[in-house]
Amino acid sequence: MTRPLEEFLRIEGGRVLATLVRFTGDISLAEDAVQDAILVALERWPESGVPHNPGAWLTTAARNKALDRLRRESKRSSTERKANVLTGSGPYGPPNETVVHDDQLRLIFTCCHPALSPEARVALTLRTICGLTTAEIANVHLVAEATIGQRISRAKKKIALARIPYRIPPDHELPDRLPAVLTTVYSVFTVGHHAPSGRLDARTDLADEGLRLARLLVELMPDEPECLGLLALTLATHARRAARLDPNGGLVLLEHQDRSLWRHEEIAEAAALVEQVLPRRRVGPYQIQAAISCLHGLALTGSDTDWGQIAELYRMLETLQPSPVVRVNRAVAVAYAAGPEAGFALLDALDEGTVAHWHLYWSTRAELLLRSGALGDAMASFDRALLCDMNDSDRRFLAGRRGACAIARK
Amino acid sequence: MCHNSSKKENTMPRYAALIYGPETDPAAGSPEDWAKVMSDYNDFGAAAGAAGVIGGGEALQPTATATTVHVKGGAKGGEVVLTDGPFAETKEVLGGLYLLDCDNLDEALRWAAQIPGAWLGRVEVRPVIDFSEQG
Repeated sequence: MTRPLEEFLRIEGGRVLATLVRFTGDISLAEDAVQDAILVALERWPESGVPHNPGAWLTTAARNKALDRLRRESKRSSTERKANVLTGSGPYGPPNETVVHDDQLRLIFTCCHPALSPEARVALTLRTICGLTTAEIANVHLVAEATIGQRISRAKKKIALARIPYRIPPDHELPDRLPAVLTTVYSVFTVGHHAPSGRLDARTDLADEGLRLARLLVELMPDEPECLGLLALTLATHARRAARLDPNGGLVLLEHQDRSLWRHEEIAEAAALVEQVLPRRRVGPYQIQAAISCLHGLALTGSDTDWGQIAELYRMLETLQPSPVVRVNRAVAVAYAAGPEAGFALLDALDEGTVAHWHLYWSTRAELLLRSGALGDAMASFDRALLCDMNDSDRRFLAGRRGACAIARK
Repeated sequence: MCHNSSKKENTMPRYAALIYGPETDPAAGSPEDWAKVMSDYNDFGAAAGAAGVIGGGEALQPTATATTVHVKGGAKGGEVVLTDGPFAETKEVLGGLYLLDCDNLDEALRWAAQIPGAWLGRVEVRPVIDFSEQG
C-alpha cells in the first residue's frame, strides 16, 4: 500500500462522492459508502492492479456499499423509503465524464452555499471535495478537531433539514452564487499559504489543495473569468513559496526574496491566464489581484517592479471591493510609486478602530515611517504591531525589523 | 377566516401566539421528557382545536437550520446578503410572518428577499418540521 495509491484514491474518491451524493441524497451516507469502497480498493488493488476505469469501479463499489448500509439500517428504522428511491433510480452503468463533471459542480455549489457560514463552507469543501479527514482539517495549528467535526455535522444537518438543493445554479443565479465558491477556495489556499499560527509554511498541504480546487473550478466552469482569475492568482502566489522564509523560518519580504527560487514556469502560466482573461472585459477582484501578483512575479529584481501600475490596479480593486486589507496594500504600492507621504495619506484615512489589532497595519506604518526617516515613530509602530496576534514567522520578522530600527536610531 | 368554527365571527380578532424557549433537541433530553413535551402539545392542540381557536400553526426546525436574509441599501432590489443562523438583533422585533410553500431553500430565500421586511430589517427563514416524515 503506497502513498501515491492513497493519494490517488483520496482525490478520485472526491469525484465519486459527488455522484454518490446524488444517488443517495445524503452526504454522510455517501461519504461512508465511498470510504468503504476505498478500503476495498486499498486492499485489492495492490495485488489485482488498478482497474481500467478506476472511477467507474469505485462508483459501482460505493453504490453497492450504500445499498448494503441502507438495507442494514432499514431493518431497524424507516430508511427503507430511501432505499427504494435509490434502487428505483433505474438501470445503472458507469457514469460518463459529463455526469461526473456535473455531479462535482453540484457538490461544490452545495458545500459553498451562501446560507452556510464561511468557516463551515471551507471545512465541508475540504472534507467532501478534497477528501481530507477531520483531523487533517483541524491539525494542531488551526482549530480543535471537535470544533471542525461539529462545524461539518451542523452544516450537513442544515443542508438536509433546510433543503439546500443539490444542483448547479441556473446561469442567472451564478452571479449570486459563484462568489461564495471562489471565496471558499481562496480561503483554503490562503490558510495554506499563510498559516495563522506556527511557521508560515505549516500548512502548505492546504495551499496545494487550494490550487487544485482552483484548477478544478476552471475545468468545470471555463467561461467564468473570475475562475481563471482565481487560478492565476493562486498560481502566481504559490510560485514564490520556496523563497518566503529564511533558514530560521523568518519571513522574507517579497523585495528581498531570492528570485531564482521562484517557480517561473508557474508565474508564466499565471501571466498567460491573465492575458487570456482580461480582454474578456468582465474584470473582477480575482483577475486584478492575479495581475498584481504577476507583475511582482515578472519583475527581474525588486527595484524593477512596476509600482505605478500595481498602485493603479489596487485602486481598481478598492473600488470593486473596499476593505482595510486592500487599502493597506494600496498604500504600500502608492508609497513605492509616489513616496511615503502619499502612502500615509491613504493609511490615515482608515478608521483606526478597525485596524488597531491587525499587525500588518502597524508594520506597514512602521516601514513607511522608517523610509521617511522618523525612526522614533517607526519604533513605536513596530511595538504596536508586536502586541497583535500573528504566526511565528511574522513575529520573528517583525522583531528583527524592530531591532534593526533600534540600532539605526543609535 | 376561521372556517373550522361555527361560533366565530369573521370579524373576530386573531392573535399570534409566539412560542419562545430554550433550543429543544429531541436527541438531547431523555425520550420520556420529549414524549411528555409532545403529549402536552397534543393536549393543547386537542383542547384549543375543539374550541375552534387554532387557525394554523407549525413547529420549526432548530435555529441551526436558519438563514437570515437582508437586502442592502434599504430599498427593493439591493444586494441580497445571506447569513447562516437566526436573527439575533435585540433592537428589532418580530413584526409578522409568512408561511412559504417552496421546493427548496433557494426558492424560499428568493421569495424572502422580496418581502419588504428584508430591506426594512431582516427576514429569518427556518424550515417547518414535517411530522409525517419523521421515522
